[in-house]
Amino acid sequence: MRDVKTVTSNVSAVEMMRVEMLTGNVAAAWAARLADVDYIPAYPITPQTEIIETLAKWIGEGVMKAKLVQLESEHSMLTAAGTASLTGARVFTATSSQGLFYGFEMLYNISGWRAPLVLVNVSRGVAAPVTLEPDHNDVLAARDSGFLQFHAETCQDVLDLVLLAYRVSEDRRVRLPSIVNMDGFYLSFTREPVHLPSQETVEEFLPPYIPTLPFRASRPVVKGASVLGGHIYTYFKHNIHESMRRAIEVFEEASKHYAELTGRVHEPVEGFKLEDAEYVLVMSNSFTTMGKRAVLRLRERGVPAGLVKIVMYRPFPSAQLAELLKNRKAVAVLDQNISLGMGGIMYQEVAGALYHQRNRPEKLMSVIGGLGGKYISLEEFEYVFNVLQHPEGRDPSTPLFLFRKDELEGVRKALGLAGLGGG
Amino acid sequence: MSETRFKTLRDVPLEEYLAPGNPLCAGCGATPVLRMFLKALEGRAVFVNAAGCFTLLHVYPYTPFKSSWMYTAFASAPAGAQGIRDALDILIEKGKIQPEEDIKVVCFTGDGAAYDIGLQSTSGAIERGLDFYYLVYDNEAYSNTGFQKSGATPYAASTATTLPTKLQREGHTGSKKDLFEIWRSHKPPYVATIAPSHIVDMLRKIESASKYRGPKLFISFTPCPTGWYHDTSESIRISKLAVECGVWPLKEAIYGEVKHTYTPRVLKPVEEYLKTQGRYKHLFHPQRQEHVIKAIQENIYQYWRRVAETEKLDIIIPSV
Repeated sequence: MRDVKTVTSNVSAVEMMRVEMLTGNVAAAWAARLADVDYIPAYPITPQTEIIETLAKWIGEGVMKAKLVQLESEHSMLTAAGTASLTGARVFTATSSQGLFYGFEMLYNISGWRAPLVLVNVSRGVAAPVTLEPDHNDVLAARDSGFLQFHAETCQDVLDLVLLAYRVSEDRRVRLPSIVNMDGFYLSFTREPVHLPSQETVEEFLPPYIPTLPFRASRPVVKGASVLGGHIYTYFKHNIHESMRRAIEVFEEASKHYAELTGRVHEPVEGFKLEDAEYVLVMSNSFTTMGKRAVLRLRERGVPAGLVKIVMYRPFPSAQLAELLKNRKAVAVLDQNISLGMGGIMYQEVAGALYHQRNRPEKLMSVIGGLGGKYISLEEFEYVFNVLQHPEGRDPSTPLFLFRKDELEGVRKALGLAGLGGG
Repeated sequence: MSETRFKTLRDVPLEEYLAPGNPLCAGCGATPVLRMFLKALEGRAVFVNAAGCFTLLHVYPYTPFKSSWMYTAFASAPAGAQGIRDALDILIEKGKIQPEEDIKVVCFTGDGAAYDIGLQSTSGAIERGLDFYYLVYDNEAYSNTGFQKSGATPYAASTATTLPTKLQREGHTGSKKDLFEIWRSHKPPYVATIAPSHIVDMLRKIESASKYRGPKLFISFTPCPTGWYHDTSESIRISKLAVECGVWPLKEAIYGEVKHTYTPRVLKPVEEYLKTQGRYKHLFHPQRQEHVIKAIQENIYQYWRRVAETEKLDIIIPSV
């Protein structure tokens, strides 16, 4: 499909790629810079702030041509992001946790407006109690909002997924906003080697954003008009839903092009050591790296373990996921979130994706861990695989909580020191 | 204001940008104001709206508008205006669109958005020096949801949430926020009050404001037949009375310098104004609440005494 000349230029593009040690935050900023974004409405919140500080610095120094405006809240920030996108600007913005929630109603508006901006969410547990470290209750609360969602495992993923998100979001077959999620601290403040594609490579990958009927003097346009009647409302919602579903193949198409240019492959769901795996762990985001290490250790001991990482969370790649999980003996879904009074959020979605599949796994277990950034040790991963192999006596309808004895001791010790301990 | 193209009603531009037969209430005081704004800005503007009565001006797939419109959300119309303004600026700067395609940005909301839920967003937009107009149609309550009290509701008004009862005979016990002063304290280039009964004054103010880059803010007196309980034909007469009784002073502040643009020669008794509306009926029936009417009147006189002194106005203020 691609002519020789283009391929040659691609090779040189790959050669020109730079590798730098970047935090997830700076990788996100680099993606925005390479995407030549026009507008960045911003508002500070830990652990996201480094992204907007980096962009503000670059714009101030003149190495990046864009307008960064600090709004007075995330609600205003997201509103400005949406209307700027409708006016024809390529928009980038970022937030975390409480900030995402403060601007929450705008998420639904932005998708309803079909404003294809990219929002980076740096995951952080949601108050109360207030905390700084990550889990995914913040980003998963936005799962029904009409934003596409991509979850990053590494700092490289952050950069790649932001660029992919722009391409998919702005595609006329989709025309919906995206959230790219990275874990606070574990990625946001952790330096990893990141390959930076050249500006030319990104320009080749990402065509200019052509807005649909933007605000211009030559042609008045009404946006965000109200509807009266459920039939028209349903018509719009179904329209968005269909565009969402199309985003899976648009992503795969874009990802293929990205791989040709950079050599890096991203899929909606990615398998690890799946070939003959009988026991599979499904998870997402940065802790996946720890999960993979556990899988490798188990493999050394002859346990047929494997892992599936969910990269694209919306639209949910049900078919791709079911394909990777078919014929497995037992599957555990590790949720770094909790739907209070129900259990893991992702678990329910995986179960839903598998229900209609032939040869679905015999057992499906829900595991909850890593809340508020709680570390998950190798032993805990191994424990999960152990339960998968020997589920006897365990009620499969309740989730398995990862919480170690020494952590409970830690809580007790803290309470004791504060004079609150009962012993 | 010496060089104005608006001297009499005859100078009102003929071109219409708001079609009749739209879904607004008959007698709505905001309709003529919006109509005049559109005329003054020649339709080359995007009106950024927050939740309120005018959200139903456009019901998909119909519009009575010959200008652009953006419905945002209740709390953040000024931020919506910010996004559009900033996007136009940067796209022109980057050469992605032609400067001829530029349009003016007008934030257009009711008092619920302007005085209450969107005040933070407005404050932010003014502080950032956003180049925009903000037009508030102030009907002194949440009219669209059935006339509940807002931060703009005046003392003693009856609303759906401040009904006069045996325990609370005067109705609303609080008083109206002074949005003009809240805005002025941010030091924007232009702040004004306007009224649908005073069209020439309004057009001159829009014209005058257009000379300034930055926030240009207008609060419009807005009779609301369905919430104030008056006949739809009375709106303009009530607006005139509000000005003549001194209830609604017409003024502007250029870089903070306040000037009243219309001074009644003799302030009419506020009773004349109050009696036109059902929302004040409880002040007269079944019994006259003399102390309440007196308090309202004294408040108005106090205001004008202060103004007369600072601006050296020739105005007759009766003593209570």
